Amino acid sequence: MKKTLMAIAASTLLAAPVMADEVKLGIILGFTGPIESLTPDMASGAELAIAEVNAAGNFMKGSTTVTSVRGDSTCVDAAAATAAAERLITADKVNGIMGADCSGVTTAILQNVAMANGVAMVSPSATSPALSTLEDNGLFFRTAPSDARQGQVVAEMLTEAGYKSAAISYTNNDYGKGLADSIQTNFEGMGGSITISASHEDGKGDYGAEVAALAQAGGDILIVAGYLDQGGKGIIQGSLDSGAFDIFFLPDGMIGDSLPEAIGPDLDGSIGSLPGTDSPGAAKFAELAETAGFAAGPFAAESYDAAALILLAMQASGSSDSQVYKGSMMDVANAPGEKIYPGELAKGIKYLRQGLAIDYVGASAVELVGGGESAGNYAEILIDGGKVTTVGYR
Amino acid sequence: MTDILNALVILANFIVVPAMAYGSQLALGALGITMIYSILRFSNFAHGELMSFGAMTTILVTWALQSADISLGVLPTALLGIPVAIAVTVVLALTIDKTVYQYYRRIRAEPVTLLIVSIGVMFLISGLIRFIIGPGDRVFTDGQRFLLKARAFKQMTGLNEGLAIKMTQGITVATAIVLVVLVFWFLNKTRTGKSMRAYSDNEDLALLSGINPERVVLITWVITAALAAVAGTLYGLDKSYKPFTYLSLLLPIFSAAIVGGVGNPIGAIAGGFVIAFSELTITFAYKKVLTYLLPDDMAPDTLMQLLSTDYKIALSFVILVIVLIFKPTGLFSGKTI
Repeated sequence: MKKTLMAIAASTLLAAPVMADEVKLGIILGFTGPIESLTPDMASGAELAIAEVNAAGNFMKGSTTVTSVRGDSTCVDAAAATAAAERLITADKVNGIMGADCSGVTTAILQNVAMANGVAMVSPSATSPALSTLEDNGLFFRTAPSDARQGQVVAEMLTEAGYKSAAISYTNNDYGKGLADSIQTNFEGMGGSITISASHEDGKGDYGAEVAALAQAGGDILIVAGYLDQGGKGIIQGSLDSGAFDIFFLPDGMIGDSLPEAIGPDLDGSIGSLPGTDSPGAAKFAELAETAGFAAGPFAAESYDAAALILLAMQASGSSDSQVYKGSMMDVANAPGEKIYPGELAKGIKYLRQGLAIDYVGASAVELVGGGESAGNYAEILIDGGKVTTVGYR
Repeated sequence: MTDILNALVILANFIVVPAMAYGSQLALGALGITMIYSILRFSNFAHGELMSFGAMTTILVTWALQSADISLGVLPTALLGIPVAIAVTVVLALTIDKTVYQYYRRIRAEPVTLLIVSIGVMFLISGLIRFIIGPGDRVFTDGQRFLLKARAFKQMTGLNEGLAIKMTQGITVATAIVLVVLVFWFLNKTRTGKSMRAYSDNEDLALLSGINPERVVLITWVITAALAAVAGTLYGLDKSYKPFTYLSLLLPIFSAAIVGGVGNPIGAIAGGFVIAFSELTITFAYKKVLTYLLPDDMAPDTLMQLLSTDYKIALSFVILVIVLIFKPTGLFSGKTI
């Protein structure tokens, strides 16, 4: 027995130096919960970047490999998300976090776990304006733009399409409230009117009361700032069934193929906005994703970029310690330097090794502004023939 | 005159029709809760998941039928799946009763112990459901979608406002009426039903007069499981099936049962409609209705909403508290809790 213990102890000691050559990345996304239909592709996006760096074989010391550990943020349950992050940081000892996804849980993880343990996190999809001004010790970044910007885009699209009045239904959380307020301010600033801005709770079956209130307030179009797998879908279905609204504006949380599939042809003609870009990176990423066997769905590109940014920042600073590499994040993301697109991470690492500057463009045209958030490019979405189609960029 | 009609159509479209369907679904659920409460004497928290399980079985059968190209034409195929769902749900309920509840009955456990046990059963069934069908959203309605379309109604009547009645809403209300009539006929006219009521009123006296308690329990589970399977399917058919929603459905169902008077079948049904109608009428924005009814210069600028829809969920609890303060046995004098 004693010998066995000794052997185990010895093997652990022997294993230790090997561990040092490993960088661990935590991937915290809502694998269960309101956006569970999007997260598998997002995680695949991040893992694709990791696989690419591993395949390049020139990361950090050259022999350093990157592994990833997944955690479930649930998107809505702050306690569960905090526990998951706690596990990744204290038990798995991750060097950085790609995540979280929804704004509420991202804030919770940042304030309760990431800042306390000094671990950097890059969220691919938390878009609440509140995160821009939150105290973060320089540890928080996002490859998704703030909704303050999306609100502006939504208001511009509505005004240009000739809508004068709109009703808003938003999911009752940081994301929904932040986006709804931003849309309202911008749209009213451009001369439009918001007839009602009311919240809905996710996870309920019956939205009769919400739809009734929206219908009575009226408006040319209904803006649904919610989630496609949750209340957002219920609100749209209810509005169509009762004849309250027949055209909808769908912000990023509502874009996904499962929505037109579930609603059917009635959704055709509705418009939406989704972070996206027509830069060559997006097309290249879509190709890479297809080869890897997953769809470049919403936020998959941002997830790839988030993981890539963390790894490139580590390379640039020569350290996998969050406190050190957080300082290099803005440098690798922004000009000047050689532009790096998806599939070129090996090239990026090579340049950094030679001490040259890079400007990571990635799949979503990353340009970090302010405290480290994406400047924001949006794709204009049109639901046409039961499919989500992109008709332009702004 | 048209103004009054328009106002009435708005109220019918946004309050009466949805509340009738929602109320029927709550009533069927509350009826199941109330049956278990009056005969087995505990609050069955697993009831929501039992409904979910029934709906899941219907979906599986529906998929099988759809792939075999069997359909009911204008009616949803799911109706064919309901008998199978009832059978499977009854088997599940009886299995759980034999393996779990029977033991606690034998040791004459306190109702609160049984309540906790039922929470355990709830998690068990909910895990089973996620294991079989997964947590995702399933739409399994087919056939004709509407009995009456808003646009068709406008053309037909020439009114400004439309009235839409979904096929599933019609089916829900019709099925609920048939089931409620059946249950009442069974409880009041048949020998077994009478023995169940006797057992519920006074257990010792019922035992003395030769009523077999295990048989009463068995019949109760059969009826409850059947009600749960039908209610679960109707709810899923009307709003799309998602396992998680059945957990949150449990709260209004319990409010309905308690408001009506727990242990009283009529109360359960009335309670379902009270909850559904009050949720909709109090959070409704009356702007358009008043604009039609009042003279032009008195038309309101605001939404004329008594309470924001944010408070919808809280509302059923407010009603619950008010009823419990003034009439602790519920509207229809059930048992005190």
